Amino acid sequence: MSTPAAPLWIRPERIKELSLVGVIAVALVIFGFLVDDYYSGQFFNRITTSVVITAVLAVAQTMVVVTRNIDLSVGSIVGVSAYLTGQYAAAHPDASPVLAVGLALGIGALLGAVNGLLVAYGRVPAIIVTLGTLAIYRSWLVSHAEARTITADSLPSWVVDLPTRTVVSVGSLDVRAVFFVVVVIVALLAAGMQRLRWGRRLYAIGSNPEAAAQAGLPTRRLVFGAFVACGALSGLAGFLFLARFGTITVVAGQGLELDSVAAAVVGGVSVLGGSGTLVGALLGAVLIDVLDQSLVRVPQVSEFWRNAILGALILAAVIADVAIGRRFRRRWSAEARPHTKVTEDEPADPAPALEASDA
Amino acid sequence: MPEWTRERTWELLLAVILVGTVVYNASRSPVYLDVDNFVNLFRLSIEKVIVAVIMTFVIVNGEIDLSVASVMAFSACVLGAAYEAGVPFPLAIVLALVASAAAGFLQGQVIARTGISSLVVTLAGLIGFRGAARILLEDRSVGAFPEWFTDLGREDLLGPLPFALVLFLVFVVVAGVVLHRTAFGRGVFVIGDNADVARYSGIAVARTKVVLFTTSALVAGVAGVLFAARLGSVRANIAEGFELDIITMVLLGGVSIFGGSGTMLGVALAIGIVLNLRNGLGLANVEANTQTGVIGALLIVSVLVQNLLDRLPLRRREAEA
Repeated sequence: MSTPAAPLWIRPERIKELSLVGVIAVALVIFGFLVDDYYSGQFFNRITTSVVITAVLAVAQTMVVVTRNIDLSVGSIVGVSAYLTGQYAAAHPDASPVLAVGLALGIGALLGAVNGLLVAYGRVPAIIVTLGTLAIYRSWLVSHAEARTITADSLPSWVVDLPTRTVVSVGSLDVRAVFFVVVVIVALLAAGMQRLRWGRRLYAIGSNPEAAAQAGLPTRRLVFGAFVACGALSGLAGFLFLARFGTITVVAGQGLELDSVAAAVVGGVSVLGGSGTLVGALLGAVLIDVLDQSLVRVPQVSEFWRNAILGALILAAVIADVAIGRRFRRRWSAEARPHTKVTEDEPADPAPALEASDA
Repeated sequence: MPEWTRERTWELLLAVILVGTVVYNASRSPVYLDVDNFVNLFRLSIEKVIVAVIMTFVIVNGEIDLSVASVMAFSACVLGAAYEAGVPFPLAIVLALVASAAAGFLQGQVIARTGISSLVVTLAGLIGFRGAARILLEDRSVGAFPEWFTDLGREDLLGPLPFALVLFLVFVVVAGVVLHRTAFGRGVFVIGDNADVARYSGIAVARTKVVLFTTSALVAGVAGVLFAARLGSVRANIAEGFELDIITMVLLGGVSIFGGSGTMLGVALAIGIVLNLRNGLGLANVEANTQTGVIGALLIVSVLVQNLLDRLPLRRREAEA
């Protein structure tokens, strides 16, 4: 390829993010042809209300995945947090909202800390730990709930009204309060991941755990912290889940771990760690949500196609990632070398596997 | 006299735990040691058990296959949809198995050719093949299979031994021989230990991976068909969450999640432990949901304990030095 040398600011993750925006735009255009009256204010409002849960979970997952770990327990954390917070809010209708949200965050952080402890200090691989706690947290919830369901009418009105509360309206487009808050949280975390020391260190660990430890980074504490943060955000997602649905059964949030990993991977986050942005993960969540909300309205297909499309999307995203990476990575790392700062596009592994072929 | 290794120690420990579980269960429930109960143990879990055997190869090879439970459902739904469409039943079974093998071949090709982590590829498979099952049957349930087929899941084959138990015993012995006594099996270990070294040694790394993922999905497909025979009907949501038990069996068996080590004997013992544990908890009226929590804890603890054991001799050696 004789492309002119790409300036350093067009980094691989920017290209990934931009191409994802392109994919979302294409999806919106296609659905616009298939669905009558697709572009309505109502549709925008529905997407922005529903995307917050997937978005928070995608961002939570990304913070763990960039450290070369994974958290499969987020769906169960959402369930536990939603149920317990709902129970608390129903029992104390006059309690301050701050307390309820704090409770949701605290429950999530606690469960995340259990994961982090076992991964960072027990040295059990994250996939094992969180596959186990996925089952443990859920089974605890089932025995705790004893088949009781939290119902919307038992909740204080501020919880139930939260999803429709609006900050500003532009015509028929409402900017929901939850959407606004989540965007602010994601923006702050994204800035922290890109600019602050702890953020760069998380990437450094994911790029090369041994090198990060050799360089004196407190790798265990950072990985532990990433799991706590992931848990706390999942707890917040549990609260959003409670507010959105009102009715919480013991299966609340089941399967959301798959959506969170899917959103992160589609958003360009590498499961090998060290690469991917929160903005990418957010866009991945938006794409998944657009699919979710649109497929049910397309007469030619049904919502039963949802998972098959999502699976294909993940595969397409990772294959495209490899293809883009192969072409550009060498140039970027060559340009980045004069700088001594940690870059996140260092190949985690010089990828001999790319040439994997039978001798 | 073979060398006393870490694997032997772990197998011995598993054998002790297995005997302990059996003795404890027997003391708690009078029906526990009945042949019927024992046979039931396998009949009710054959699907998970045969997949755990092939999963051992995949994990020893340094990979993981998260898609197995979805492929089971996919296979069962292909069977159901084909039968519903009027395809003769034996042909429907063949279709289900071919579809499963193709699913594994696809995943294996992507993993071997692009070097993308099997975790992501099979996660896409986990979501995607469950989705394919859902496209095929939507929210319907297909049943009324021929009698000979549903009998396969219930009737005894040799004396009191059901088809499931015979199948498991044959399969685990063959798998053990292939893993520990053939060049292919050695290749699986070497790749899991260090894929680069394996490649430079002339081992067909890519081909081995494709073979393993194809076989893994094929076995999952067989498991899906057996599950259909036992249940008598199929839906798109069957076998959801089976990954947990299957991966627990393999890792409890002492197989390293990083690849390169593990024994089929260990996995066979671990299968015995998991089945006896679930069965014993069931007889003690512990809910299925709580059992799942116990299995989750067992998964974490088994790896945690192996980590601790690995560090002990190192400490001693350091102290001596």
